[in-house]
Amino acid sequence: MKKLLTYLKDYKRESILGPLFKMLEASFELFVPLVIASIIDVGIASGDKGYILSRCGILILLGIIGLVCSITAQYFAAKASVGFAKQVRHALFSHIQSLSFTELDTIGTSTLVTRLTSDMNQVQNGLNLTLRLFLRSPFVVFGAMIMAFTIDFKCALIFAVAIPVLSVVVFGIMLLSIPLYKKVQAKLDQVLSRTRENLTGVRVIRAFCKEEEENIHFKEENESLTQIQKYVGRISALLNPLTYVIINFAVIALIHQGGIQVSLGILSQGQVVALYNYMSQILIELIKLANLIISITKAVACGNRIQAALEIIPTMDRLGTASAKSVLSQPGAQDVAAISFCHACLCYANASENSLTDINFSVKKGETIGIIGGTGSGKTSLVGLIPRFYDVSQGSVLVNGKDVREYPLEELRNKIGVVPQKAVLFKGSIRENMLWGKKSASDAEIMEALTIAQAKEIVEGKEGGLDYKLEQGGKNLSGGQRQRLTIARALVRKPEILILDDSSSALDFATDAALRKALRSLSDKITVFMVSQRTSSIRHADKIIVLDDGAIVGAGAHDELLTSCEVYREIYESQFKKEAAENA
Amino acid sequence: MHKRQTQTKTLKKVLQHLKKYWFLMILSILFAAITVALTLYVPILVGRGIDLIVDAGQVDFAGIREILKEIGIIVLATALLQWLMNTINNKITYQLVRDVRNEAFEKLQKLPLSYLDCHPSGEIVSRIITDVDQFADGLLIGFTQLFTGIATILGTLVFMLSIHPGITAVVVVLTPLSLFVAKFIAKRTYDMFRLQSETRAEQTGLIDEMVVNQKVVAAFSQEEEIMGRFDEINTRLESCSLKAIFFSSLTNPCTRFVNSVVYAAVGLTGALASVAALISVGDLSCFLSYANQYTKPFNDISSVITELQNALACAARIFELIEETPQPPEAPEALTLKNASGKISLEQVSFSYLPEKPLIENLNLQVSPGQRIAIVGPTGCGKTTLINLLMRFYDVNSGQIRTDGTDIRNLTRKSLRSSYGMVLQDTWLKTGTIRENIIMGKPEATEEEIIAAAKAAHAHSFIKRLPKGYNTFITEDGASLSQGQKQLLCITRVMLCLPPMLILDEATSSIDTRTEVRIQKAFQRLMQGRTSFIVAHRLSTIREADIILVMKDGHIIEQGNHEQLLSQKGFYSNLYLSQEL
Repeated sequence: MKKLLTYLKDYKRESILGPLFKMLEASFELFVPLVIASIIDVGIASGDKGYILSRCGILILLGIIGLVCSITAQYFAAKASVGFAKQVRHALFSHIQSLSFTELDTIGTSTLVTRLTSDMNQVQNGLNLTLRLFLRSPFVVFGAMIMAFTIDFKCALIFAVAIPVLSVVVFGIMLLSIPLYKKVQAKLDQVLSRTRENLTGVRVIRAFCKEEEENIHFKEENESLTQIQKYVGRISALLNPLTYVIINFAVIALIHQGGIQVSLGILSQGQVVALYNYMSQILIELIKLANLIISITKAVACGNRIQAALEIIPTMDRLGTASAKSVLSQPGAQDVAAISFCHACLCYANASENSLTDINFSVKKGETIGIIGGTGSGKTSLVGLIPRFYDVSQGSVLVNGKDVREYPLEELRNKIGVVPQKAVLFKGSIRENMLWGKKSASDAEIMEALTIAQAKEIVEGKEGGLDYKLEQGGKNLSGGQRQRLTIARALVRKPEILILDDSSSALDFATDAALRKALRSLSDKITVFMVSQRTSSIRHADKIIVLDDGAIVGAGAHDELLTSCEVYREIYESQFKKEAAENA
Repeated sequence: MHKRQTQTKTLKKVLQHLKKYWFLMILSILFAAITVALTLYVPILVGRGIDLIVDAGQVDFAGIREILKEIGIIVLATALLQWLMNTINNKITYQLVRDVRNEAFEKLQKLPLSYLDCHPSGEIVSRIITDVDQFADGLLIGFTQLFTGIATILGTLVFMLSIHPGITAVVVVLTPLSLFVAKFIAKRTYDMFRLQSETRAEQTGLIDEMVVNQKVVAAFSQEEEIMGRFDEINTRLESCSLKAIFFSSLTNPCTRFVNSVVYAAVGLTGALASVAALISVGDLSCFLSYANQYTKPFNDISSVITELQNALACAARIFELIEETPQPPEAPEALTLKNASGKISLEQVSFSYLPEKPLIENLNLQVSPGQRIAIVGPTGCGKTTLINLLMRFYDVNSGQIRTDGTDIRNLTRKSLRSSYGMVLQDTWLKTGTIRENIIMGKPEATEEEIIAAAKAAHAHSFIKRLPKGYNTFITEDGASLSQGQKQLLCITRVMLCLPPMLILDEATSSIDTRTEVRIQKAFQRLMQGRTSFIVAHRLSTIREADIILVMKDGHIIEQGNHEQLLSQKGFYSNLYLSQEL
């Protein structure tokens, strides 16, 4: 949290002036009982109406000064907290933009979203409250005590006892209930996830006739939530009665002691009234302080989470200045290769074993490369090394003879069109989505890409054509339509290298085939990597790379592999069993 | 008017749910009334005590002691009652929440799938969790504060009137000012708050979309573009937040100022009355503390009313869910389907999700026991619709589906559904251990049976390697398992109970081809002698099917076996040939 506060440095003035004005307001409030005391002791005692009138005028004046101070303070507090939040949000969002895939994998994106949104709001509220109240409440509490001491030492001792006792009770109950509230939250989460689970799995639950059983489970969890809620409730219900008792017993002691002091002629009646008023002020402020501390602890917890996110160090150097371990990138024979993998290994962060081991092959410009293998065999990992989504742990990957780590990241990625496995589109028009591929693309260029991707008919079928608005995630399109648009998006930039990561899984056979045909017509210009589980999608590739458990177990054309590579044959036969049997 | 009517209706329902707590409620109200009265009585006693402390030598110690004793007893009694009241209120609230949640959850099990399919699950969850919470909180806070607030106002009025009507009039006239001030500010800031929450929603939308898909953003080097859009919204958010927060935070200082004016006015009139010997100094002190107490509930009331309205709105949403029409109840004479042979016939079946969009029309299909039916067609052609009808997740609009000669609407849902084994496209596992997930269909299964089923589904080897084997705990989305492993578990689940009919919905699409070979073998064994409906992409499966149903845009356009369909040279033969391109 501490480091986060450096973002307040532009608002130094506001964050000092805010609390200061709040303190000023509080100190004017502390004068009120004194004025009342003087009304009683001087005004009423002597029957001086003019004096009473002037004192009441002072009361209103104090109110006005208080109002002005407090409005000023609110303004400074609001300005500092809102500005602070803006800066932190900017810092965090831009930090997230600089993270590499490795960090995104370890942290998970959904928690980053929470940190940017709800955590951020908590911190802003917490800061705002702190600036407004954190000085005010203690100031009123201790101020009231000090004022009491200026009136009468012996009576003030009652304050000196009551305040610590009150604090112990207020903060004790708070400390006791905070962890319990966490337990309540955990139980509530349980109830919540059971509810959600029942909705997402409703078909399975009904297919297995588990409705009654689920009801019973839910009731059990719900009951245990209720029990703990009631338990916490009983504890926090103590707060008001206990503080009420303490304050009023202090008042009793005060009147008793006040009586003695007055009878000795040390105190006046008005001063006893003033002391009584101070006592009432203390209670209100202590309760406020306790609530404030709850908000602050929450805000600090959120702040710490934000800071933790800001402290993640991106492991990838984006400028490509890393004069890589380019020993391997020198061999002259690879000059012609568009892409070559030199003994590349990949080990993900936190993984104990390599996901890719000793990948070694090279590709000429314009070739189409098929990559096939079982789930988890490393297909996606392999193609991810080319745009440098991940860095190799050993060996190297060269694009046009140059280690990918020597390119500025943006320059490298601009050469490559990637179609990820999951077809993600963004809120906005189809055109806006296509411009992701190339900012300056004309409508003609976009239509060309859409035609190749077999997506022309989608756009033509939509009202407004390229201006058709997609919902978030492209929800108003079917899976197959989304997939074709993501392919078009990658093609718009006319990439040197096109990577299709199992990108036709949602397409029916006819569309898939038409797409492959269209891509083949381009392929002397671009190098294509095609990841697939279907042999039919890649059988016409110039070269097929067969992966098994992160290693290359076969490389070559379809017919070669059928005779030389057992894994490939097995995959092929599982898909074309009958045909293969007939041929044999 | 309409809004008010629904509110009254909702209120009635709330009261109905509270009925069984009537005794606690009366107790709570009683305690609240006593607490308020006693709390208000204390300042009077303190005032009397102060009156006994006049000046040096003029202090009535015996009198003071009496009064202080009285205060002590009253304070203790008040505290006790207050605690009891709080505890009772907590009890009522939390148990009400529990009741409503249980009711809602039970309802969930009875709602027709048509309702659940067209309401996002997030929305229903938020009704059962957030709305219920807000409703209860609002009710608790609203009810207690409204009641004690009004009681305090009335009580204070009575006590003040009993001391001096004139000063009371001053308080009564001036205090509502703070209410007006608060209302005025709230009205003026409403638009600012709306703008703030709209802008915030816009920003959250962007964050959500971009951060979750950060990898795509990076792949297309869109970081700077996105940053620009973010900053633009961020700057707008800053300025509208500042306005909303600052102007709304004026409420407290302003009402506080009104309160100080009231305080000064009471001080003035009180002191003057005291000079005229109409009231004592103790009475004045009493008045001053009342002036503070009287204004507080006034300031709170407007927020309490919004709180209550909000609570009622939440309650209305929950009751809407609870009162939704459930699926038609089981016919009283419903039969139990026992040892189904697997004979299914669809006779003139018509069905559509929306009346204006006819989907399945006049479908006739005869399935003999043990036959395999492959459902084929492009994505989104409505293949799952048929499954919805077979398992009676939805009812046909006209025509009938018979199993072993009986209309399925005359069978108990339980017996019909447990005669089917189903593996759906999106694998679903419940939170619990692997074992619990496997035995869903057969809770009494022995360890040997479980392992045998897992072996048959090729799941045993990976389960064994998990940290705690069959006792490994998995969460809702089974995040620690791969998609393929999850699917293997779902298959194991069906393997274990071996029902006479099977529904396999693209079941093996996310398992790699080599594993699939083994699974297909297991399935062959499983399907032997069992009627199976398979939604499949694999040609081999399709070719071996007894009947192929070709679907397009929700309609069944062709029906027959592989050879028949090929010779028809229709949609199917096109589809088939394209595979060979």
